[in-house]
Amino acid sequence: MPGDFLLSQTISNWIFSVFLMQEPIVEVIHLKKVFHNIEAVQDVSFTVPTGICFGLLGPNGAGKTTTMEVIEDIIPQTAGQILYKGKPRTESFREEIGIQFQRTSLLNFMSVKETLVSFYNLFHHPEDMDELINRCDLSSIINRQNTTLSGGQQQRLMLALALINRPDLVFLDEPSTGLDPQSRRNLWEIVEGIKREGKTIIMTTHSMEEAEFLCDEIAIMDGGRIIANGSPKSLISTHCHGSTILLPRHAFSMDIQDLPFTWRMRDDMIEIDTDNIHQGLTRMLELQIELSEMLVRSANLEDVFLRLTGKQLRD
Amino acid sequence: MSFKRIWAMFVARNYEFFRDKAAFGWNFAFPFLIIIGFSVMFGHQDLKKFKIGVFPADDQAQAFSQSVVPASLQDNKQLDFIPFPNRQEGEDKLRHYKIDLLLDRNSATHAYWVNTASPNGYLAEQIFLASFLPKDRPVASKQEIRGEQIRYVDWFFPGVMAMNMMFSALWGVGFVVVRYRKNGTLKRLKATPLTAFEYLSAQMLSRIFLLMFTLCVVWFGSNLLFHFQIHGSYLLVFFLFFLGGLNLCGMGLVLAARGTSEEFTSGVLNMISWPMMFLSEVWFSLDGAPQWVRTSAEIFPLSHLLKAVRKVMNDGAGFAAVQNDVAFLAASTVVFLLIAAAIFSWNE
Repeated sequence: MPGDFLLSQTISNWIFSVFLMQEPIVEVIHLKKVFHNIEAVQDVSFTVPTGICFGLLGPNGAGKTTTMEVIEDIIPQTAGQILYKGKPRTESFREEIGIQFQRTSLLNFMSVKETLVSFYNLFHHPEDMDELINRCDLSSIINRQNTTLSGGQQQRLMLALALINRPDLVFLDEPSTGLDPQSRRNLWEIVEGIKREGKTIIMTTHSMEEAEFLCDEIAIMDGGRIIANGSPKSLISTHCHGSTILLPRHAFSMDIQDLPFTWRMRDDMIEIDTDNIHQGLTRMLELQIELSEMLVRSANLEDVFLRLTGKQLRD
Repeated sequence: MSFKRIWAMFVARNYEFFRDKAAFGWNFAFPFLIIIGFSVMFGHQDLKKFKIGVFPADDQAQAFSQSVVPASLQDNKQLDFIPFPNRQEGEDKLRHYKIDLLLDRNSATHAYWVNTASPNGYLAEQIFLASFLPKDRPVASKQEIRGEQIRYVDWFFPGVMAMNMMFSALWGVGFVVVRYRKNGTLKRLKATPLTAFEYLSAQMLSRIFLLMFTLCVVWFGSNLLFHFQIHGSYLLVFFLFFLGGLNLCGMGLVLAARGTSEEFTSGVLNMISWPMMFLSEVWFSLDGAPQWVRTSAEIFPLSHLLKAVRKVMNDGAGFAAVQNDVAFLAASTVVFLLIAAAIFSWNE
């Protein structure tokens, strides 16, 4: 009997996790935002299932931050609807979300601890302070003034403030911008920890590596619209086939403009996309291209991003 | 409404004020220095009001006391006599308003020169002509006021305190909130359950606490030097300053309710604070000013605050005598707060 009970519990937990956990925590329906006659967001719709990390990707000016700030209820939408847990957002919404803004500032002349205490007192059910300090690795800087923190330390403090109310939904707007590799890795580990707790994360980023590492689902925006969405793997398999061959510039004795491939130049490397690696290499040998320093990699999210949004510079 | 959230913001703002040592020190030093400076400059009895040029100078003629200038004029403590070697130099100074009247000390006909475009010149001329009237047959009967006379510093002190309060309230609330909006601090706070009403209340309470704290410290310090004469109730004076401070903070909140440009806000604050300072009798009385100027001054809360405080401090008035000013300050405070809460924006 106990075994049957255990089995039924396991099955019910599985049913719960499959059906209930997939219920969308956020639904964005035909969202539109106009700033002074400029349509920053145009008829955007998507859903964010509970418990995942959802990434909004796009070049500068794509409408990512605007979309995020409308969902956060920081700015009002021009048209469309935002549902949170299936209903329009209410006053309790702010108690249940945490936000790390792309650009923000803190109160002057306060230490890290005083800042945390100030925000702690703004919520009804705040996180345990010691737990938060440990999680965001703030103990060594707890008495430092906000203004004396490095970029990575500031980001960790901002993340702590976003988590101070034990939110169900966390918004991270370009959380690793300006961080060194160590700080970025540290931040990713903290975000991974948030994911493991079953919280939902909506984030924007310019880093494809970050998106591929952290996000379960991605929507790519450009010109205020969503142009593709899905999991990183599905986006890569849908939009990029084959592999990329990387060769140094000096490996080419011919004029690279005459190359019979789709190619691009990055730093001093030529990147050649090919659907069939075997045929590609054969052709290169025929063209007497030096392959001794060749590198081959499979397509990644950045290839998808560039393919969908183009290579034209955005401001 | 959550008092815990208001308290959190109140404490945070106070940290900022007390830890910004330069601003903190200046808040106390500024009114103190103004009071000392003005009482030294204008508080003395031997104040010279008019400058009378005299030529030729002593080394070119007999002593000034032996000149034809009437003795009663020479003895007038409100006049400052300035010697010139010749008439030409005296006339140049007269033309440029550097002196108010020019006398020839040797002229048997008491020749004098005056710049008819100068109001002070006209008054100095009248004093000069009056000095020829016989002393033993006065043309008017003089009466002196009875009781304790109000010193200039007693009249001036409430004005300086109110002025300091006005600048501190308008800039400490208005300018700071706009700066917070511009740098994204308000946006960060908007992402919490803190409401606009709670935030504005905390800002206002914090500022009024600091204003009253500053008032008490400066008052205590100045009183050690000047021993102010307070004829009315201390409690009523404190209440009036408190209400005035609330009112000015409310005005600051209205100015800070929107906008992200510190430069624009600075311009608006200057546009409001300077006329208010000059028309509210901080520095000088408006008695004698055109009626429309005096009527215009009534729209400023600072006018009502100062009028009421001076009535209590200088004349010993009670609450009944200042109730109209109290009503004006209370009503306009409520109006300011309602407007500020209605139009406040966290973002723009």
